[in-house]
Parts: sequence; structure tokens; C-alpha cells
Amino acid sequence: MSAPRVPYPQAFAQSLLRDMLRIRRLEERAAELYGAGKIRGFLHLYIGEEAVAVGVLRALAPDDAVLATYREHGHALIQGIPMTAIMAEMYGKQEGCSHGRGGSMHLFDAKTRFFGGNAIVSAGLPLAVGLALAERMQGGARIAVCFFGEGAMAEGAFHEAINLAALWQLPVLFCCENNSYAMGTALTRSQSQTDLCAKAAAYKVATQAVDGMDVVAVHQAARQAVEQVRAGLGPYFLELRTYRFRAHSMFDPELYRDKAEVAKWQERGPIHSYSARLKAQGLLDEAQFLALDSAVSAEVEAAVAFAEAGSLEPLASLCREVYTESPGAEGAA
Amino acid sequence: MSGRISYREALRQALREALQRDPRVFLMGEDVGCYGGTYAVSKGLLEEFGAERIRDTPLSELGFVGAGIGAALGGMRPIVEVMTVNFCLLALDPLINTAATLRHMSGGQFSVPLVLRMATGAGRQLGAQHSHSLEGWFAHIPGLKLLAPATLEDARGMLWPALQDPDPVLIFEHAQLYNLEGELDATVPVDICSAKVRRAGRDLSLIAYGGTLGKALAAAEQLAGEGIDAEVIDLRVLRPLDDVTLLASVRKTRRALVVDEGWRSGSLAAEIMARIVEQAFYELDAPPARVCSAEVPMPYAKHLEDAALPQVPAIVAAAHELCG
Repeated sequence: MSAPRVPYPQAFAQSLLRDMLRIRRLEERAAELYGAGKIRGFLHLYIGEEAVAVGVLRALAPDDAVLATYREHGHALIQGIPMTAIMAEMYGKQEGCSHGRGGSMHLFDAKTRFFGGNAIVSAGLPLAVGLALAERMQGGARIAVCFFGEGAMAEGAFHEAINLAALWQLPVLFCCENNSYAMGTALTRSQSQTDLCAKAAAYKVATQAVDGMDVVAVHQAARQAVEQVRAGLGPYFLELRTYRFRAHSMFDPELYRDKAEVAKWQERGPIHSYSARLKAQGLLDEAQFLALDSAVSAEVEAAVAFAEAGSLEPLASLCREVYTESPGAEGAA
Repeated sequence: MSGRISYREALRQALREALQRDPRVFLMGEDVGCYGGTYAVSKGLLEEFGAERIRDTPLSELGFVGAGIGAALGGMRPIVEVMTVNFCLLALDPLINTAATLRHMSGGQFSVPLVLRMATGAGRQLGAQHSHSLEGWFAHIPGLKLLAPATLEDARGMLWPALQDPDPVLIFEHAQLYNLEGELDATVPVDICSAKVRRAGRDLSLIAYGGTLGKALAAAEQLAGEGIDAEVIDLRVLRPLDDVTLLASVRKTRRALVVDEGWRSGSLAAEIMARIVEQAFYELDAPPARVCSAEVPMPYAKHLEDAALPQVPAIVAAAHELCG
């Protein structure tokens, strides 16, 4: 069955491709830099899952609150954090988006209302509920969007958060990135109910399962979900079926899955499958693709140069930012 | 406003005032609304402020403490009530991995102006899952501030400055204090940064907080009749500790006895003694000492619970030994 037509004008259609490429090229370069010892700590690559972040985040209003996991480079980038600041953060430089205090797993940005980068599985979900509660109590129209893996649905925080959101009918969009593995543990080996939408529906939440390898399908589903959430109809749960092409982190020998399974999913890779559709529809030609890709590569190289040129925070300020020093610097609102 | 009042009523007055003064303030927790609060602190507030601002939650400590953090990030000033410190263990992750770290991890972009209230301490025969004094654990965590109101003035006065603080503040209310009654002196200024001398003395510093303050004061009265003039320090703020007040007292009396309802191993008492030794070792006339809870989960039987807790006779005996 061939994929349905891309229902967007050319500029928008190409911008989705561009965003996926930006994530892909940023992370490919980050992996190289990890090998070169420029980036340390844990580095979790989103490669293969780009259609999810792009499809959902491009369906939001710019001031909606976003919370993501430790595999969040893509979400941070698409939400609007400059690639330069993301790369500098991974370098541990003070020009980074978290001042070098966070690293790859803790990208933050108050300006774009990106509330992290959370390295505790499921910990962002209750925060999203609280942000949505605050918004409703203040009469605003912004929603809170949280991303989490299917592994998070075994955590108590998922159940407590979705129950609260549904009970109080709060504007939260729950985005489950189901890539089949919680680190190395398959969904079927860790959860008795593997129908994730059924789990969410148990809390009387509207749900939809979506092909997370198809950026158009994700974007369409997210647009509809966002509309419903923003209209005050309560929370919404999207299951985005996707696949992580790379290892869990840079230390993972991938003993838990077959190469054939990875190859099968790679055939459906979000970038080349979408490019092919655009080309088939006459929305993209090879020269345009190459131009797009080379512009993205230039952005990545500029980000690397920015990070390389960045500075290290002086040791004298080691213990800063534990407590608020300047009055007035409080919750982002 | 002055007059005879209970600790519980003083807390309620503080809540009411905060809710009246700042529309961003709301109270959330288990049974804070219809039930009136487990310890009846929030009784009547639901009727006065409505269900949006006096918000009953499901039994989901992790969920609603996390939601409190999110609401604080979103511009509100939530007061989250957890029934007891034992139940707060179910919310350790959001408190310690998020509330205490967020400002730092975000390079100073996000503060968490959350106030968390909970009961702590023993003395009501509630057994080993409702009676522990775990505030010493929380005092270990950079990024949190900890308050222990032990007087009517502090019960009434600490909440508002805690709400003005841009960082997470945990308020530990000793369960034995809710029925404490007395004259509230509303003219006393209340800060959330200092320890206070509750009784001046020359011979010995008794350092206490929360539920042990009353016991320390009672011991001091008895000691006065036995020729020992004890000074009593109320820590009030368990993190960051007010070393200045603490050390000034110890340098004056040259003897320190810490009274802490926590277990002695790894306790707040241990931290305070370490600071005294580090900073005033050569000014001491005796090694610092402490009276803590026995190292046993809190027993139910009254006589065993009494024996497990710091009591006035033990404080008096330790003071005599120190001054001997």
C-alpha cells in the first residue's frame, strides 16, 4: 500500500523534512564527537524517531509547555533552542542552553518553555499536569505536552499523572514514544497489558495510535489532539509507534534485539520514506534535497564551531544556582 | 491579631491569610478539603475559598507533589500538604530529583517556588509507619530549604515568607504540637533564616527544634532548680543551618547538648555536633553530646514509644553529665 498524499503546500512539506534532517545530522555529528571525547556523560540518540518530535511539536503553538526525556536533543531543537546552544551544552560550555550544568540529558530553555530534558523515566509527567493546572487556574490557553517512552507506562508516575489530568480535565497532551524497548527490555517482557491506548483509556482519556515513522500521520494526529486539548476537552494520549535505530546509549552492545529487526524498521526510516513521497508528488527534487541537506550540515558545523569556541564556567561559581540568588527570578510562568 | 490560640489554628490563620493575599496561592493534598485536613488544619477553608483553591487529591503523593512543582513552574504558588513525612517518601523522586535540582540543571532558568507542609514525629502511638522524624534526610539535600515551626508565632508566621521564597521550602510540623495552646504574640517578626535563643543561659546550650523544643525548655527549667543555667536554642531552620547563632551560643556556654527526635546515626544532631567541633573545638569545656531517638522503628506500645523518644529526664541527665 502506498502512503497517502502529503496534504501540505511545498514550503511546509519541505520544512518538516528539514526539521527531521536537522535532528539527524546534529545527532550523527554528536555521535562522532562523543567518539572523539568532546562530548561525555550519557548520549542517547533519537535517530529513527525524528518524525515523532517533528510531527508533534510542529502542531503546537510556540508558547505551549514542552517536557521531554533524556533522549531529547530533537525536541529541544524543534521547540526552538538554537543548535549552537544545544551543542555547547553537550560540550559542557557555559554558552550551553543549561549553562553547562545539564548536559545532553538536561537541555532547558525558559524562553521557548522547554522544561527539560528529564533523566528520571516518567518524572516529567506530573510536572506537565502541574503546568497545565497552573495554566487553567490562570485562565490561559496554553497546553502542556509531555513525551515519554512506553517504558514509562510501567512507572507509578504515569498512572498518577494521567489520573490527575483526567480527573481535573487538564490540558495535557501525553505523547508516548513507543519504540518497543525500555532500554533493553521489550514491552512484551515488561508489561502485562501491551495495548498502550487501552491503558490510557482506562483513565477515560481520548487516545489514538499513530505510525510514528510517518511525519505526516504524526502531525495530523497531533493537530487534532492539540485542538481537542486546547478546547478544554481534557487530556489526550497519543501512542506514536516508532523505532530507535541506534543503541540505547553509547554503551549498549544491543544484545536484546536482532539485526534483522533493526533493518526491517530502517526500511521505513522517517526521512528517506518521506523524501520519497515528496519526490513522487513533485514537492521535492534531488537538487532541492541536497541543498537542504547541505544547509543543515552547515548549521551543524556552525554549532560545532560555536561549542568549540565556547568557554568553561569559572570554578569560583561552582556552587551557584543551587538557590535563587536574584530576587524575581522564579517560575517561568 | 493576638490572643489565645492553638498551633493548628495558627497554621490555619497563616493559610487563610496567604490565600487572601495572593491569588496564585492554593492548597493541595490528601483530605485537605471536604475532610478538613488530617490534623484539621485546613478545616473551613474549602467553604471559604472553594474547591479550585482547596484541592483534594487522590492518594498519589508522587503525582500531586510533582504537579505542585509543575504548578510552581507555571506561575502559581502551591502549598502542597502531605499527611506525614512517612508518606512523603512516596514523593522523594519529584522532591529530590526535580524540585531540588531544577534550578541548577537548567543553569538558573527555572526556580521552583513550592511550599510543602507535612506532619512529622512521634508520640501518638501511631507505630512505625506514621511516627518517624525523617527531616534530617531532607536536610542533606542542596536546593531544599527546611523549616520546623515549634512555636505559635512560627506556625503563624513562617508560611508567608516561605511562599515569598523562590525555591522549594519544606515545613515540618511536629504532630504533637497541633494541640499546643497559648497566647500568640502577633507583633513578633518571623524570618525563615535564623535560629533563635528561646531561653538565655550561661552554663550549657541545649539545641533543639520542632517537637523537642518544649522538652528542652522543660529540661532547662528543671536544671535551673538544680544549679545549671541552660540556654535553649531553637534551630527553626534545618537547612540552611544558622551556624552564627548556634556557634555564638556554644562559644558563650562552652557546652553543647543537641536534642533531636531523629535517630542518632547520620542525624541532624550529628551534623550540628560536627559543625560545633569544626568551628569551636578549642572553646569547648566538654565534648558535645546529644539525646536522640533509640535506633528502632517506632514501637506502638506506649511505654516503649516513650522510651524510644528523647524525654526530659534523659536531657536533664545528659546535661548534668556534660556539666559535671
